[in-house]
Amino acid sequence: MGRIAKYTRRTFLGIGAVAAGGFAVGYYYYRKPYENPLEAALAEGETTFNLFVKIAADNTITIIAPRAEMGQGIQTTLAALVAEELDVTPSDVVVEHGPASPAYLNQAMLRMGGPFPWFDESFGAGALRGTMGVVSKFLGLQVTGGSSATIDAFQKMREAGCVAREMLKAAAAERWGVSAGSLQTADGVVTNPANGETLTYGALAAQAALLNPPSDLELRPRSEWKLLGKPVDRVEGREKVTGGRIFGIDVQLPDMLHATVKMSPRFGVGAKSVDINPALQVPGVIDVQEIKTNTGQGFGIIAENTWAAFQGAEALDVIWEDAPYPLDDAGMGALFDAALADGEAFELGGSGDVETVFAEAEPDDILEVDYKVPFLAHATMEPMNATAQFRDGKLELWLGTQAPGISQMVAASLLGIETEDVTVHTTHLGGGFGRRGEADFPLYAAALAAKTDGRPVKVTWTREEDTRHDVYRPRVEAKMRAVIRDGEAVALDIRSAAPAIMPSVIGRTFPSFPAPPDDEPILDGLFNQPLGIANRRYQGVVVDLPIPVGFWRSVGNSQNGYFHEAFMDEMAEKAGRDPLEFRLSLLQAPEHAPAKAVLEKVGEMSGWGTPGPDGTAKGIAHMLSFGTWVAQVVQLRDEDGAIRIEKVWCAADPGEVLDPRNFEAQMISGINFGLSQALGQKITFADGEVQEGNFYDFDAMRMWQSPEIEVAILETAPKMGGAGEPGTPPALPALANAIYALTGERIRTAPLSDTVTFV
Amino acid sequence: MKLTINDVTHDFEADPEMPLLWVLRDILDIKGPKFGCGVAACGACTVLVDGVPVRSCSEPVGYVEGAITTIEGLADGDKLHAVQEAWLAHQVPQCGYCQSGQIMAAVALLDEVLQPTDADIDGAMTNLCRCGTYPKIRAAIKDAAQNLEG
Ligand code: FES
Ligand code: FES
Repeated sequence: MGRIAKYTRRTFLGIGAVAAGGFAVGYYYYRKPYENPLEAALAEGETTFNLFVKIAADNTITIIAPRAEMGQGIQTTLAALVAEELDVTPSDVVVEHGPASPAYLNQAMLRMGGPFPWFDESFGAGALRGTMGVVSKFLGLQVTGGSSATIDAFQKMREAGCVAREMLKAAAAERWGVSAGSLQTADGVVTNPANGETLTYGALAAQAALLNPPSDLELRPRSEWKLLGKPVDRVEGREKVTGGRIFGIDVQLPDMLHATVKMSPRFGVGAKSVDINPALQVPGVIDVQEIKTNTGQGFGIIAENTWAAFQGAEALDVIWEDAPYPLDDAGMGALFDAALADGEAFELGGSGDVETVFAEAEPDDILEVDYKVPFLAHATMEPMNATAQFRDGKLELWLGTQAPGISQMVAASLLGIETEDVTVHTTHLGGGFGRRGEADFPLYAAALAAKTDGRPVKVTWTREEDTRHDVYRPRVEAKMRAVIRDGEAVALDIRSAAPAIMPSVIGRTFPSFPAPPDDEPILDGLFNQPLGIANRRYQGVVVDLPIPVGFWRSVGNSQNGYFHEAFMDEMAEKAGRDPLEFRLSLLQAPEHAPAKAVLEKVGEMSGWGTPGPDGTAKGIAHMLSFGTWVAQVVQLRDEDGAIRIEKVWCAADPGEVLDPRNFEAQMISGINFGLSQALGQKITFADGEVQEGNFYDFDAMRMWQSPEIEVAILETAPKMGGAGEPGTPPALPALANAIYALTGERIRTAPLSDTVTFV
Repeated sequence: MKLTINDVTHDFEADPEMPLLWVLRDILDIKGPKFGCGVAACGACTVLVDGVPVRSCSEPVGYVEGAITTIEGLADGDKLHAVQEAWLAHQVPQCGYCQSGQIMAAVALLDEVLQPTDADIDGAMTNLCRCGTYPKIRAAIKDAAQNLEG
């Protein structure tokens, strides 16, 4: 039953690359295999079989897991994919992130990103997903994001393990003069069951790597999996409970300097004037350097230790240029109003004839409301930091990044050196959530490393600097309209306005690239939801506001889940129907079956429909994002007028789960992340500057606020979905709907804590 | 200046105003305590001073009196502390960045209260975890309490 894949040595080892001919360069280029970057850096006695497996003569087996570990357990799951086929135990092998290389591109991420619903299997959708995979190969995007890492790796990393195992067996067969098919493998050892003879992989590696890789691979069927589909302990677990030096901020190099940055608090401008002397007078401060990059302008304060650098930054006396945009929330609001009123819109998805239905509808049948969410910071636990050393025209970077290839490219272009002259060491990430794919923190480290005469410099941002120089989840405002006639939803019309994410990211990272014409994230989580309403329209309007915006865990779904699912509750109410029953009635199409299944499951788990204890109330929501279908019910309790989020039930269907315990942990994490934004998170502006600075004014959920969470996993969906993000979108609307059930108050503006009080 | 950290005495020079966290991390190269906020608002930098949890980012080193324990000092050689064991058994850490501080806070709580209730845990465990591992932290503390008793 195993899947068969055709394999050639070239595909894996990058030998004998296809010659690219004239006009067809583009076509051939994306088909041309990349070189194996491991070959350049093998240690004595080490052999590489392919991009993902190295074996040393002393039987040290190294699996390359080329995706950023930011808490989602990806390195463990990726290692398990290889280990399952290679017949080794994840805890017995070394798991490394490996070098930055285009060979490790993430095709699935771009493939998932097309403007088609996940369940759309039409030719157009398939072709576009395919094209985006090609684009990703051009860019060589080795990016961890979009909950895509496992999907990308599922086939290729198991194949890598399988190829290596078969080559090792073939080598043993050669030595023993028996047929490879008669041999067995387990725990890094090849055994001849006929006579009990054994050879370790290490003893065979050098010989095995010279053999031809098998051309037909048979991957093990699910029924034979020993690791996959079961919980695997984190490979880095012990380091994380013993204070291991695994994060970017823990990097320590001989002769290292420490630094911090003080960048313009107004975006897109720099200093009008500066007096660096007060900073230089701080004991321990060595130097102050100007930084001018695409991502920001300001100063780096270089010192003997981080504390001195922080004090130097505080002492630095700068007058910044004025902000070239409306200075405060009210001023920015006018742009949103104008965009919603008559801004030029793009449309995605939709069906039927919304205009006509609304024109002909009785006024009483029309529901029309506005929803709003504020800018949000990522607030990763580990503030932005990177360490850089620039010697002999070559740069080395140590940092926790979701995008080592981007760090490499932008740093090279800043210093005017070749990309190959930048080496990136990817550490563990103290939280990513989309923030650590950005170019700013490696750029500033590279800029300062150019000024330290070859000494390494670690650049650590203060929490305030981190909060005030984020790439924010955009402020978004939407007009939601529906026609409900005789208890049925007839039309849905959504018009949403926001600053555009893709042009913002591309503009600051690759300014020479053309920005895409519209901005899919504004409508992601709206147009591509399963929903059987005949007449639907989804319009996005880009608000021209140059505040840097970026990918925030679940991206467009983070606000659109709230808009879509809180409004769904309002529609159900207008229809005079139960919110769960109303949703189920709109999910009759066969391709919407997983949505129905998770909603029914969560209804069952939470005892939906039977009243809970006095002083409690429940709310429900469902979202399909990153290929995973997630329904949640939130139960609240009134504690003397304050709201306690008491319990969350979650039913999720990612199609196929490789590590159920880890998937559950990701759902819990995503839920708490989503709920956190209700509890007071907002980034506001005055005088063109972000007002919030630290956890006392931009906080997240704490232990005493955290609900009990129960997760059920279904595996009925036809395609594998992600884990890191899809838990987030339904949490906020389920909470808002529960608040309505508890208090009768419809809250259409986040954070919800502006309207009600939480425990 | 002199400080006893994880049973080792360290002699060093530092501005007495420098927070203990930066002395540990930048001068003594003890990287277990993490920097999260610098204003005693997150707990990532938690260490024990004579068994009492202290947010080292906001404690000038000149004021520190007593023996310091950081996460590096919890295990007895290869043998992990019961709290660390429970953290592994429950696979608590996600990104892990907050966990040194969480573990130190939990060790201090279990020193005070043998069998903490949910309310005890809510009261003592005020450290931020941006990955939202709270349910697992709670379960791990209860398990560690059992194991420490037994
Ligand atoms: S870094 Fe000390 S409490 Fe946050
Ligand atoms: S595990 Fe990531 S912040 Fe707690």
